Amino acid sequence: MIPGVVREEVARDGETIVFVARDRLLEVMTWLKETPGQQFDYLVDVTAVEFRDRERPLQVVYFLRSLTRRADLRVKVELDSATDLAVDSVCGLWRGADWLEREVYDMFGITFRGHPDLRRILMWETYAEGYPLRKDFPLRGRFSRAEQVRQALNANPEAHYSLEELSIADASGELPQEMRDRLLRGERGTIPDPPAP
Amino acid sequence: MKEIAGQSPNYLLAKFQNLVDWAVNSSRANSLWPMPFGTACCAIEFMATAASRYDFARFGMERQAFSPRQADVLICAGRLPFKLAPVIRRIYDQMPQPKWVISMGACASTGGIFDNYAMVQGIDTIVPVDVYVPGCPPRPEGLLYGVLLLHKKIKGESLFDAERRRDEQPLDEKGLRLPPAVIDELSEPFGNSVHQFRSS
Repeated sequence: MIPGVVREEVARDGETIVFVARDRLLEVMTWLKETPGQQFDYLVDVTAVEFRDRERPLQVVYFLRSLTRRADLRVKVELDSATDLAVDSVCGLWRGADWLEREVYDMFGITFRGHPDLRRILMWETYAEGYPLRKDFPLRGRFSRAEQVRQALNANPEAHYSLEELSIADASGELPQEMRDRLLRGERGTIPDPPAP
Repeated sequence: MKEIAGQSPNYLLAKFQNLVDWAVNSSRANSLWPMPFGTACCAIEFMATAASRYDFARFGMERQAFSPRQADVLICAGRLPFKLAPVIRRIYDQMPQPKWVISMGACASTGGIFDNYAMVQGIDTIVPVDVYVPGCPPRPEGLLYGVLLLHKKIKGESLFDAERRRDEQPLDEKGLRLPPAVIDELSEPFGNSVHQFRSS
């Protein structure tokens, strides 16, 4: 039995959905990943749902998969939209959660506590209109089209991605030896000698 | 001068200017180098147009300039999100004069079905557009027809007549190409979009 489970459901496609209390998310996720017999070693996706019914809470949904056991599991955390929208980040367990959580933050405004780099990922960083996938967000955005065009044209596309930032030279020391060799001699590698006649 | 042809000097000057215009415009029209700015499915049709069956090299677009510095015509093939608006504007600014723009497809021309918070409602709010090619996406014949229309337009230009000459259209001090009221009007919902409310 999974610790800290609020309730369980079975989705229409037969998958198990597990509702977890917000405070115990990290504990449950650690248990799911590391307990023998669970071994959910792959985080497929992180997303969120907001319902049209204002009474219903927002849900953050984690799709887990165990590659060794070939099993799937959905973990959901319910967030009351009246309180602060924040959950613990699972980046420490699955590194792949980094961009997935950034996307949820960008689209829904849910903050992930302990995320190493919680910035917008799809919208630009100076985007000021809010969180587009929330139900109270108007389809065409909050600003007039002229204002949107003005802000877009005044944006500097190179402001956040300088050449230095994109360079991997700084990270060279942390790369595995095999990858460093590959980068040093070029992506294509060395040309093999022709076979002896 | 008057005695040479029995005509006024203005006549000879006009003849000379026409000759120059004809030579310049024919050269320009028949060796347009496109700068493909493909962002979506229209780019697939664009590639089909460039490939052997339709082959727009027949119309002088032999060399596709993937650098704006060597390009004459910017072909925006596909939808343009606001995030790419400063990029296409910079590419347009980097192209040397004279330069033309083809807006390929419904999304580039009007925003198309993407009447939402993320999409530019017609690239003519960002860069001046010469030819709009309708379609979703347009068939290669459609793009070729647009290119031929552009040829026609180029051949109507004149180096000596300010009204028929293309000038640079820089952004104003607010960083806009058009007045805000015009942008709002161009971006008005139409078609099925009118059934959606701004607040919904």
